[in-house]
Amino acid sequence: MIRTVLASAMLSLFALPALANDDASDLKQIIELQKQQLAELEKRLTVTESRLESTADAIEDNGQQSSSRTTIGGYGELHYNNISNDKTGTTDKEIDFHRFVLFIGHEFSNKTRFFSEFELEHSIAGDGKKGEIELEQAYIEHDINQQLTARTGLFLMPVGIINETHEPPAFYGVERNPVEKDILPATWWEAGAALNIKLAPGLALDTAITSGLNTPLTGSNAFKPRSGRQKVSEANANDLAYTARVKYTAIPGLELAASLQYQSDLTQGATDMDEASAQLFSAHVIYTVESFSVRALYAQWDIDGQQAQDLGRDKQRGFYIEPAYRLNEQVGVFARYNQWDNNAGGQIDSEKTQTNVGVNYWLHENAVLKFDYELKGGVDDANGFNLGVGYQF
Amino acid sequence: MLLVGLLGFYPTSLFAYVDQPFQSQQDYIQEMLGELPKSDVFWLTDADKQVIEQILSHSFSKIRLRYWSGENQSVWVLDEIGKEMPITVGIHVKQQQIANLRVLVYRESRGDEVRHGFFTDQFKQAKLNQELQLDQHIDGITGATLSVRALSKLARIALYLDKQQSIQAQP
Repeated sequence: MIRTVLASAMLSLFALPALANDDASDLKQIIELQKQQLAELEKRLTVTESRLESTADAIEDNGQQSSSRTTIGGYGELHYNNISNDKTGTTDKEIDFHRFVLFIGHEFSNKTRFFSEFELEHSIAGDGKKGEIELEQAYIEHDINQQLTARTGLFLMPVGIINETHEPPAFYGVERNPVEKDILPATWWEAGAALNIKLAPGLALDTAITSGLNTPLTGSNAFKPRSGRQKVSEANANDLAYTARVKYTAIPGLELAASLQYQSDLTQGATDMDEASAQLFSAHVIYTVESFSVRALYAQWDIDGQQAQDLGRDKQRGFYIEPAYRLNEQVGVFARYNQWDNNAGGQIDSEKTQTNVGVNYWLHENAVLKFDYELKGGVDDANGFNLGVGYQF
Repeated sequence: MLLVGLLGFYPTSLFAYVDQPFQSQQDYIQEMLGELPKSDVFWLTDADKQVIEQILSHSFSKIRLRYWSGENQSVWVLDEIGKEMPITVGIHVKQQQIANLRVLVYRESRGDEVRHGFFTDQFKQAKLNQELQLDQHIDGITGATLSVRALSKLARIALYLDKQQSIQAQP
């Protein structure tokens, strides 16, 4: 019995390595198999991730308009004016969808872009209608390098505050200020070529050679800049305009800018006898500290020639100052005092003043309701109020 | 006169200034993190999209965002339209505050002052408060209001996403 047990034990002892060898081989096979399965799973996971990314890309591309590199935007404003003229004893009440504007832009590459602005003024245009359809911007812009950007086409003139930035949520008051209407004829666009030179961070020089104004020689609007806008519509280009602006914005919250323009004849050679060469100078400052801001602008035309001098239009100038306070995200209040004179060269007192006090209420950062009280003085005598709604997108 | 006066602010000669250059995405990430790690993907939940849309004040079509991370820090490259064109901005968040914000591509016609250090430095150390606003005031640039607004929104989104991804990364 003992011999039998011993013999079995010895046999088992010799058989163990053989058994162990078999197990190890099995385990190796299992590990190999699992390795293959893991590799297969990893491969499938990579494919699934890749497909998931492609699906996400497709979903995002479908939902993202900007992926086409063409963008659409716009702004608009509806006004109600109720102004009583104390001289005539009449009250003008008017409601007007003043501006409906669409932008279309396209980015050809990181360096070359197209911008355009298409506007319908006063709701309806056509023969005998009060409105106009206007192309206010259409230009190609190209970054030559980091300091130089060139622009050619039809673009806004680099003058004043409101001429280039005039979306309704961006300014106070229902109507734009009268100085940048009668002295600087905003919205003022011309066709030509321009160069933006970034002299230093926050210091830029804009230069432009463009079509010029073509003011009437006679009538109540003679030599008035606003009446001289040709709007690049088969515009007379006998006398071009040369414009330069320097702008300093290196301190956040502060903007200082000054513009100069020269045109050899404001009447585009309407008469050989009398050239009305003109120089425009304008300067402005905008300063914002926390919720308080103030903006002030001065503009002046000097027009040569006997005819302009006889009409007192050889000097035309104006200024405004506008302090404002933003109470919170929704509400801001402002006051604006304007003084201007399109006959400043004459002997007769022709100065006009206008004071507006009011409130902007932003329903959304891009949609605003406006109210202001208006008081006209100087040679005018009127008062009343304005209501407005404006938007941009 | 004005030009001469303004130039007095600058010690360097004209055309010789070296401001932070427009940068490639890769160079920016490498500069901020000291290396170029493999990007991670942050899949947006409905709640995340709601927050982003609240900050942007318009709809947001993306369903995930790519980011690059290191220890207690992340880099996000985000786009937002200023007035008409998208502005591409790199934002480096470290310990839940902005360490750096830089405009990588500026496509708008006006308002490019926002790309300069004198403006973007204002974002440094900014954190997100409970109301999802930056905890420090950012002075704007007149004429670049929409670009300023776009950059502020992207800074808030980057801070929010950094916080969310750090929560997700917790074991």
